[in-house]
Amino acid sequence: MRHLLSVTDLDAAAATGLLDTADRLKQALLGREVRKLPTLRGRTVITMFYENSTRTRVSFEIAGKWMSADTVNVSASGSSVAKGESLRDTALTLSAMGADCVIVRHPASGAAHRLAAWADRDAGTTGTRTSIVNAGDGTHEHPTQALLDAATLRDRLGSVAGRRIGIVGDVLHSRVARSNVFLLATLGAEVVLVAPPTLLPVGVAEWPCRVSHELDAELPALDAVMMLRVQAERMHGAFFPSSREYAVRFGLSDERAALLPEHAVVLHPGPMVRGMEIAPSVADSARSAILAQVANGVHVRMAVLYHLLAGAPE
Amino acid sequence: MNLLITDARPYGEDAVDLVVRDGVVTEIGSGLAAPEGADRLDAGGRVLLPGFVDLHTHLREPGGEESETIATGSAAAALGGFTAVFAMPNTDPVADTDVVVEHVHRRGAEVGLVDVHPVGAVTVGLEGRKLAELGTMAHSRAQVRMFSDDGRCVHDPLIMRRALEYASSLDVVIAQHAEDHRLTAGAQAHEGVVASRLGLAGWPAAAEETIVARDCALARDAGAASNGRLRAGASMLHVCHVSSARTIAVLRAAKAAGIRVTAEVTPHHLLLTDASLTSYDPVHKVNPPLRTAADTRAMREALTEGVIDAVATDHAPHAAQYKDTEWSAARPGMLGLQTALSVLVHTMVEPGLLDWHGVARVLSERPAEIGNLPDQGRPIAVGEPATFALVDPDEVWTVRGARLASRASNTPYEGMRLPATVVATVLRGRITARDGKVQQ
Amino acid sequence: MATERRGDSAGAAAPDRELLTAADVTRTIARIAHQIIEKTAFEPDRADDVVLIGIPTGGAVLARRLAAAIAEFTGTAPAVGAVDPTLYRDDLRRKPARALEDTAVPEGGLDDRLVVLVDDVLYSGRTVRAALDALNDHGRPRAVQLAVLVDRGHRELPIRPDYVGKNVPTSRDEQIVVLLAELDGRDGVALRRAAGA
Repeated sequence: MRHLLSVTDLDAAAATGLLDTADRLKQALLGREVRKLPTLRGRTVITMFYENSTRTRVSFEIAGKWMSADTVNVSASGSSVAKGESLRDTALTLSAMGADCVIVRHPASGAAHRLAAWADRDAGTTGTRTSIVNAGDGTHEHPTQALLDAATLRDRLGSVAGRRIGIVGDVLHSRVARSNVFLLATLGAEVVLVAPPTLLPVGVAEWPCRVSHELDAELPALDAVMMLRVQAERMHGAFFPSSREYAVRFGLSDERAALLPEHAVVLHPGPMVRGMEIAPSVADSARSAILAQVANGVHVRMAVLYHLLAGAPE
Repeated sequence: MNLLITDARPYGEDAVDLVVRDGVVTEIGSGLAAPEGADRLDAGGRVLLPGFVDLHTHLREPGGEESETIATGSAAAALGGFTAVFAMPNTDPVADTDVVVEHVHRRGAEVGLVDVHPVGAVTVGLEGRKLAELGTMAHSRAQVRMFSDDGRCVHDPLIMRRALEYASSLDVVIAQHAEDHRLTAGAQAHEGVVASRLGLAGWPAAAEETIVARDCALARDAGAASNGRLRAGASMLHVCHVSSARTIAVLRAAKAAGIRVTAEVTPHHLLLTDASLTSYDPVHKVNPPLRTAADTRAMREALTEGVIDAVATDHAPHAAQYKDTEWSAARPGMLGLQTALSVLVHTMVEPGLLDWHGVARVLSERPAEIGNLPDQGRPIAVGEPATFALVDPDEVWTVRGARLASRASNTPYEGMRLPATVVATVLRGRITARDGKVQQ
Repeated sequence: MATERRGDSAGAAAPDRELLTAADVTRTIARIAHQIIEKTAFEPDRADDVVLIGIPTGGAVLARRLAAAIAEFTGTAPAVGAVDPTLYRDDLRRKPARALEDTAVPEGGLDDRLVVLVDDVLYSGRTVRAALDALNDHGRPRAVQLAVLVDRGHRELPIRPDYVGKNVPTSRDEQIVVLLAELDGRDGVALRRAAGA
């Protein structure tokens, strides 16, 4: 595996392998005082974030540091990017400095793909073979989020295959939804998307999942429900009449949470808007696995870095 | 210009020799003798067609010379078999006055490889608010025959109606880039399965079809008001780069109702689909976007049927810095002049949808009629101008952007093997391109 | 060092030479268990003092068997665990990223305890070196001893076992195949010549 750009790069065996590695890394670190593994000593990992994000960036940084890699953070503002340097030139510069891995978050869908194409093309010139990890590209994908969601589901439900997972909310603008639909399908889960028609992409009928507009009807049969944030900053036009109407029809209130089966789990990729898509009491309830998602995020990202950087270069 | 062409097959029919004196065909027969001081062109049994006319080219000069100039664009045109091109006005400054169009016209004549006909803007600055001085441009030395805001849609129906009415008194055609910008705000790719999977905002087919339907109604009213003053074969409203199957239905109905509307399709919309987008390589980014296989099939059928009148390249060169970026930051557009014939042969001639007469019709005759060029798109006959493209239908070539004559290299066909090459181009008896090199 | 788990000799030049039968393996494990009891002065009321840590996968199985044997002979089992040394290997970059194995440190950790590291085959010593580094990050044992079922020689580091089931001199193109019932359906140790060697 040279890059991680999309969950469709992973077949069931590869995805399961990553989740197993994440589990074993969690075991290896359990109970230790010294939370450090020497495995990626001497590797240089750079996070390049063109969009604000604390949780994902810190998660990757910790993952790198716990594996003894040298991690450096670059954020778009206040850097050469703000002076007009192109994405291509920024990437080339980092490669030339010897970055073994660049973890990128960018508002343009496909940015990670382009970086990977340039990295492969430039390897001869810069002398470094740089791996690219997609930490979120526009509205396209966020592969490590889907992996940590799958890891959390595995922990809480015992398995992903054959489970029924609901993903609720702004699917149209959600890279998390896209990555989850395709990864969960690869792992053998049944996925249903629940959203108003205006928040579902044209072409969703071709995705490996069902579509529904009625949350109440779906909840009783779900093993897990994933609530998405309504992304005000990505919208150009009127997708629903008001926040209140959205919360009433698609929010996970206490009453709705009671419709879920006993064992069902509630997930949210964060950050949450309490009271909009999820009631505060539901977010803090025993069935919420939201904090587990965050913890798993570090191990999953360590597993990704391990598989990209620890073994022989491809 | 005197010229002897031997062993050529006009429209792929039987081989003949042609004698050209002072740029006009004076004899067609066999075993003909060369006139004094004549150039020689041995066609070796290849197909002779009237020189191609491109109704839609971007030469980028003035203002965008890093991507293309009138000189490099003319070279690409001549090498592609074109003897006339219509240069779109979205330059910098915009071609919305006689000063700019005359500059483009004069520069084209200086380069002398192809007849450059500047297209004038419909509205000042392409802003869609105020009609540009269409009459002044039409009567200038550039003799503008076509007006367009290409790149932008003439959005306001009142402005479009006035433009059509005014145009009818000038014997010029208004060419519309049909795109309702309010439906395509932020759009990056055809609205469909591929775009939804790739996380690219969609450009719905309805954005094209609704503007075409509206404009046909406006053209109907303007046409009725003009009381049949239009020249035969002329058009009031020309629809640029049709891309969607749904638009075809609108055009068919409009033509059946007698509305004087014509339409063009690009070679890339005959061949390429949004399946190419999965690598996110912006070389495939174009406006209107690449659509589905069903749309390309509909374009081919419409071209055979004549609902789409002509092939026009929408040749849109972009320097590397505008294309070597992430998708959303890249400028839309593809090169087209040197690959147009090959793609047309590949998509239409090889499957038997079009013969060489058909190629002449869509690449030369109809564009010349629509663009009102009396000395282009003429039959290959005695007394007609010797303006030709000589085509080798059997040769196969590999497209390499770096080796094309354009300044930029953004071709979506990079590395593809395509059929048919242009062996020579003749403009009023003067050979402008021969064996892959321009002749100045 | 973890070796091949499957005992099939498809493609091998010559059939495997049996070194230990199933009965031999059981006897050998019992003998090592007695040696551990003696050398560590293992006593039931201070059983906490000794921890057996196996190197997956074969060493982890052996560690559990040794603990069971010690329990049989003394009435109490020492704590058992496993530590996967993969993340500490010095040769990771030579092959594509390896799958990781389980790590389970017994309750109470390793501080001040006597750790007996258990593996099936001792060869270059590099696996044991990696395991020692892994142990180090989990705590500070007061001592570490090494028990192996087979020592095949060719050490590349200054590492020596405290308990050896069988010393088998080998050449580099040979392989020691260890079979354990829990993993392979039967017990046994064989010597295999590499195919075409």
